[in-house]
Amino acid sequence: MRQKPEPVQVVKERRDRALQALVAGVPYFQFLGISFDRRGDELTAILPFDEKLIGNPLLPALHGGVTAAFMEVAALIELSWSLLWEDMESGRIELAALEPESLPRLPKTIDFTVDYLRTGLPRDAYARARVNRSGRRYASVHVEAWQDNRARLFAQATGHFLMPARDG
Amino acid sequence: MTDRKAKLAEQFIAVLPHARALSMKMVELGDGVAEISMPWDARLIGDPATGVIAGGAVSALMDTCGGAAVMSHPEAPGGTATLDLRIDYMRPATPGQGITARAEVYNITRSVAFVRAVAMDDDRARPVATATGAFTVERG
Repeated sequence: MRQKPEPVQVVKERRDRALQALVAGVPYFQFLGISFDRRGDELTAILPFDEKLIGNPLLPALHGGVTAAFMEVAALIELSWSLLWEDMESGRIELAALEPESLPRLPKTIDFTVDYLRTGLPRDAYARARVNRSGRRYASVHVEAWQDNRARLFAQATGHFLMPARDG
Repeated sequence: MTDRKAKLAEQFIAVLPHARALSMKMVELGDGVAEISMPWDARLIGDPATGVIAGGAVSALMDTCGGAAVMSHPEAPGGTATLDLRIDYMRPATPGQGITARAEVYNITRSVAFVRAVAMDDDRARPVATATGAFTVERG
């Protein structure tokens, strides 16, 4: 007989808690004000506009370095999230263990290349990352960032990452 | 640096809100070369377990430095924007130490400036990161 599906609030609490544990412990994410929106396993990184993110005050435009940093964070979290997903959903990681201290370390960035397509406007920005290859040691992740229109990217990026050591 | 150039360099950082937020300081500027320092700041930590600064903060410093190098080039008449930037992370920056980036325009055409940059902590012989980028050359 099929197993009864878990109650929706149990599923949501587990996933939101895991995501929170990944993001909450990192001071730099808070410094930039980055948060994540989750729909099932799909993550969207959100960078709310703030005056301190401006690089060119004349236009004004988002700082290119902020755009790069935002996309790198989106890639890192997406990759960690995809690594965590199976363990989280299968119950191999206990709900109580979903705290920043007990999660695996974040992957390390090897290189990151940003393609600036148009000026970052002084308003909120969004990014989604896709893990194109995830091996035992290395991963390749692509990121798209947009503001008002999902189809009009203002930047895209590709990065390579060194995977955290997994026990066992 | 001459007094006039030093003043320009200081102003360049002062008008960039994000550079100010990271407390960046222009160390050297002129003829397509820029050096900018960024002090240690616990708010920039990317790995709380080790206290290592986030790669993104180093990216912001390198991008600022690259743009400054382009604007200081004698053949660049106006502003600039980043077209593309690749950063290679060589090693974790040492916790507690500031980062200094040095960027150089190694080729410039009417439309594009090609830039190389390196980021260092106190041990300048072992770079923390290197970068290469293409920047626009805005006409007048």
